[in-house]
Amino acid sequence: MKPPPFRYAAPTSVDQALALLSAFGPEAKVLAGGQSLMPLLNLRLVRPGVLVDLNRVRELDYIREDDGEVAIGAMTRQRTAERSALVRRLLPLLADALPLVGHPPIRTRGTVGGSIAHADPSAELPAVLLALDGSVVVRGPAGTRRIPAADFFVSYLTTALAPEDLLVEVRFPAHPGAGTAFMEVARRHGDYALVGAAALVRLRDGRCQGVRLAFTGVGPTPVRVAEAEAAVEGRELTPAVAAEVRKVVAARLEPDSDIHASAEYRREVAGVLAERALRRAADRAREVG
Amino acid sequence: MATRYFGAPIPRLEDPRLLTGRGTYVDDITLPGMLHAAVLRSPHAHARIRRVDVSRARQAPGVVAVFTHADLPPALAGPLPKLIPHPALVHHKTQYALAADKVRHVGEPVAFVVADSRYRAEDAAELIEVDYEPLPPVVDLEAAVRPDAPLVHEDIGTNVCAHYTQRVGNVEEAFARAPVVVRERFVIDRGTAAPLETRGVVAQWDPRMRQLVVWDSTQAPIPIRNGLARLLGLSQAQVRVVAPDIGGGFGPKIMMFYPEEVLVPCAAMQLGRPVKWIEDRRECFVAMNQEREQIHDAAIATDRDGRILGVRTEFLYDAGAYIPYGLIVPIVASTTLPGPYKIPAYHCEFRAVFTTKTIVSPYRGAGRPHGVFVMERLLDRVADQLGLDRAEVRRRNFIQPHEFPYDVGLIYQDNAPLVYDSGNYPATLDKALQMIGYDRWPEEKARYRRQGRYVGLGVACYVEGSGIGPYEGCRVTVEPSGKVYAATSVGTQGQGHFTSFAQIIADVLSVPVEDVVVTTGDSGAFGWGTGTFASRAAVVAGTAAHLAAQAVREKALKVAATRLEARVEDLVLEGGRVYVRGAPARSLTLGEIAVLANPLRGTIPEEWEQPGLEASRYFAPPRGTFPNGVHAALVEVDPETGLARFLRYVVVHDCGRVINPKILDGQIRGGVAQGIGGVFYEKLVYDSGGQLLTQTFMDYLLPTAMEIPEVEVAHLETPSPLNPLGIKGAGEAGVIPVPALFAQAVEDALSEFGVKINEMPLSPSRLRDLIRAAGPRSSP
Repeated sequence: MKPPPFRYAAPTSVDQALALLSAFGPEAKVLAGGQSLMPLLNLRLVRPGVLVDLNRVRELDYIREDDGEVAIGAMTRQRTAERSALVRRLLPLLADALPLVGHPPIRTRGTVGGSIAHADPSAELPAVLLALDGSVVVRGPAGTRRIPAADFFVSYLTTALAPEDLLVEVRFPAHPGAGTAFMEVARRHGDYALVGAAALVRLRDGRCQGVRLAFTGVGPTPVRVAEAEAAVEGRELTPAVAAEVRKVVAARLEPDSDIHASAEYRREVAGVLAERALRRAADRAREVG
Repeated sequence: MATRYFGAPIPRLEDPRLLTGRGTYVDDITLPGMLHAAVLRSPHAHARIRRVDVSRARQAPGVVAVFTHADLPPALAGPLPKLIPHPALVHHKTQYALAADKVRHVGEPVAFVVADSRYRAEDAAELIEVDYEPLPPVVDLEAAVRPDAPLVHEDIGTNVCAHYTQRVGNVEEAFARAPVVVRERFVIDRGTAAPLETRGVVAQWDPRMRQLVVWDSTQAPIPIRNGLARLLGLSQAQVRVVAPDIGGGFGPKIMMFYPEEVLVPCAAMQLGRPVKWIEDRRECFVAMNQEREQIHDAAIATDRDGRILGVRTEFLYDAGAYIPYGLIVPIVASTTLPGPYKIPAYHCEFRAVFTTKTIVSPYRGAGRPHGVFVMERLLDRVADQLGLDRAEVRRRNFIQPHEFPYDVGLIYQDNAPLVYDSGNYPATLDKALQMIGYDRWPEEKARYRRQGRYVGLGVACYVEGSGIGPYEGCRVTVEPSGKVYAATSVGTQGQGHFTSFAQIIADVLSVPVEDVVVTTGDSGAFGWGTGTFASRAAVVAGTAAHLAAQAVREKALKVAATRLEARVEDLVLEGGRVYVRGAPARSLTLGEIAVLANPLRGTIPEEWEQPGLEASRYFAPPRGTFPNGVHAALVEVDPETGLARFLRYVVVHDCGRVINPKILDGQIRGGVAQGIGGVFYEKLVYDSGGQLLTQTFMDYLLPTAMEIPEVEVAHLETPSPLNPLGIKGAGEAGVIPVPALFAQAVEDALSEFGVKINEMPLSPSRLRDLIRAAGPRSSP
C-alpha cells in the first residue's frame, strides 16, 4: 500500500494551480484534504503523473454571504464550515449534514470543495448542494464559469470538470428559517451511509412549500425525486401524504445492489428516510416559524 | 502465603510504556543497511502458473533480489510443515513459501522482492509478469463437496480432506423415541481478526556470531525458532526469535509458517543484510488466516418437559486452500456445542473442505461461537415449541455443581477426554438474569412497545475450553539488586502478562510487584514453550511462574538458613527479607541472599542444587480447564431500516480464581466488542470468482466505540482443581456467545414479525430481507 511514483507540486495561488493543470492536463490530479485521494493512491487505484497539492492556496479558504447565497472557498475545511455561525444561520441543511461527514479528524482535513469535486454519490455534501439547487464556480483555461449542481454531478465519481479546470468555490443558496433535516442509515456512525435523505420544507398555514428531497447512495449521483417533492408541495404532511411520499420515492429510485445493501433495501429505506426526514424538517419549520 | 497482589485490580505495569508510544513493535525495528520486502500475490482464486518472468523487476531501481519458487533452497521448495496432524486428516495439504505451479487463493505469494525501500519493492513487484491459466474457483462450501466440483488439490481427487465423527450414547434411539424433535440449518460466514498491528517480520544474520535474529509478530516464537533452525540448517541456539510488543494476535498470528516467516530470514541470510517485511492492511485481508465459515445441519430431541434426549450436528468446515493447522477449529466447534448441558446422546460429524479462499485457522473463539450458536438456537426452538421459558429450558438441562468432574464423553482438541473440571452453571445463569432484569422483562418489553420501540432480550450460556497443555515454563531469577526477573516464552499480544505474571511472582517472593520484571516471547530469554493460544497463557505459563517463584523462595530460605544459622522451618520471608521468626532485627534481603547463593570462593552445598537465586519450572496440565459464562443483552431493532443496537450488555463469567479483575474485565469487554463486530458489522464477502470484495476498512466494518455498549461484568469464582492457583483461561470468553445472544435478542425484539435467525453475521439489509420474508405481518 505505497503509491506508485508521482511528481508533486504545491502551488500557493489559484493562478499557479491553473498553470500546472494546463501544463499537465489529464496527468495531473488535485489534492485537497486527501481523505479520498490518499487511500486511492496507496491502493494504486489512481496513478497521477503529478499531484497538485492545494493545501498552500490560502485564497480558497473562506465562507461569505454573497447575493442570497453562501459562497464557500473550495479549500475550506469541512470542520470550519461546521463551526461557522454563518452556515448555521443561513444554511441549516448544510449544518445538519456536516456532522455526518466521517469523523472530526476527517472533517478537519476534508474540504468542502474536495467532497463536491470527488462526487461520491454516497457523500452528504453533493446531496445538499443538489437539494438546494446550488452551484460551483470553476476556473479553467477559458476563464471562470458557474455550473449548477444538477449539471455538475455526471456519474459515479465523475463531474463536469475538465482536467484543466479547478473548482474554486461552492455556492449554497441561503435558506434561513426553512425546516431541514439530513437523515441517513449508516452501518456505523461516520460511515458513508447506505442511504441518506436531505429534506427541506417551509410551512405556510401548515402546508408545505418549497419542498426539496435529495438522496445519497441510491444511484451514480445524488438524486432528487421531483415527483416526491410535488406530492407534498402545497399539502399538509398528513400520514397519508407521508405514506405517498414513501411510496413514490421507492418507486422512482433505481439503486444498485452492493456488498452492503441490496437495491430493494435501498429503495425501501430511501422511502422510510424520506418520510422521517420530511417529518423532522416540518417539525423544525414549525419551531422556527 | 500472603496474597497482596493476586486478585487485586492493579493497573497494568506495561501501560505507561505502551500508552506513551515507547513500545517496540516489529515495524519499530530499524537496522543499519536494512532492506525492505514486498510480496507479489496471486490476483486469481485458482490458476495454474505457466511462467513467471522477473527479468524487468530484477533490473528495477533499488532492487536487490527477486525470489520465485525456482529460486528457493530445496528445504523451502516443498509444502511447509504440517502443524497439528490428526488421524482423520487424511489429506494434510499445507501452503508453500512461494507458489510452485498453482495458486489456490487470492493473495497467495508468488514472488518476493527485496529492495532498498518498500516503495521500490512494490514498484518492482508490478513489473513481474506472471502467465496464469485461470482454473474454475471453488468458493461455495456446499458446491465444493459435490462430486463434480473442481479440485483445489487435484492429486487427492476430492476437496474433502477430513471426515470425522464423534458419538456419545445412542443418538438414533434418542431421536426415535423423542416426542419433540427440531431440525435446523445454521450458517456462519467468514471474518478476519483484523489486529491493530498487522503481521511483520524483520530478520538479521550476524556472520560473526553466526546467529540469526528474527523479530516476528507471532504468538508462538519458540516453535518458529525450532522450525526455522530445521529449515535453514542451523542449530536452535543459532536462531533467536523475538516476539516483541504485539498489537493483537487473536489466533491468526500462529501458523508456522506463514510464507513471509521463512522468506524474510532466508533472504536476510542469502543477502547478508537485514530484511524487513511489514504486512500492509490489504495484504492482511487476503494473506492472514481467516475463520468462521461453517454450515451446520443440526437437530435436537427432547422430552415434553424440554429435557434433552439427544443432539446431532453434521457440518461442513471451510478450511480454505490449505489446512496447516489441522482440525482444531471443527473439533473445538463439535466439542463446545454441548456446553453446560447434560446431553445423553450426541452425534457430531464434520467434513473439512478445501476451497479457493484464504486459509482458515483459529481466530478468537475458534469454533466455540459456532458450537454455542447451534446449541443455544436449538434450545430456543425447543422453548418456542413447548411454550417454555427459555431460561427455564436451560436450567432444566444444566450439569449440576455436584456433578464435577463431568465427563462429556468426547475427545477434546488436546486429544484428551473432554472432562469439565468445575463450575456452577445455575448460579451463573441466575446472576446474569438478575443483572439484566429478566423477571421484569415482559413488562419492560411491553413498555418499549408502547413507545413504538422494538427491543429484545437475549441470554446465552457457554462453557469454554481453556488452559490446555502441553506445557509452558518460566524462569525466575533474583539478582543481587533485589529485583526479580522472570522469563517465559509465551508471547504477549496485549493480555497484560507483564502484570499478571508479576502479581503471581510478587506474592510468592513477598516483594513489590513493581520489582518483578517479566520478559515474554523471546527465545533468547527462555527457550522452551509452545505459544499463546486457546486461552492458556495465564493458566499454563502463570502456573509455571508460580512454581518457579516457589522454588526460588525455597532456595532463598535454604541459603538464608546457612547464614542465619537457623532451620528453614523457623525462617520467615516477608517484605523481601528473610529472618528467624520472632527476630526480625537480623535479616537478609533477597538481594543479599542472591549474592550468597553465587559465591566467588568456597563452595555451594549440594542441597542448593545450582548457583544463584534462580529456578526454572514447567507446568504440564494433563488436560484443559473449563470456564463458563452467561451473557445477557437488550437489543433494539428498527424494523423499517434493519438497524440494530445494543442497549445493555451483561456478562457473568466464571474463570476460577481471578488474578487481576481489571485485566480480566478488559479481556471480556474486548471479546464482547469483537463478538459484536462479528454479528452485525464484520463480514468477508467473496464473489463467485473467489475475489475478496472486502479488502479495506471501508468495506470490512470493525465496530467502533460508538457501536459497543457499556459492558457490565460480574465474576463467580469456582476454582479449578487442576492447578495450584485455581485459575482458568479467559481470553475467548467475551466473543463466544455473542452470535447466539444476538440472534435470540433480535428474534425477541421482532417477535410480532415471526423472524427466524439461523445465520451470522447479519446486516441491516439482511435483517430487512428476513423481516420481509417473515410474511404479511412484516409491514409495521
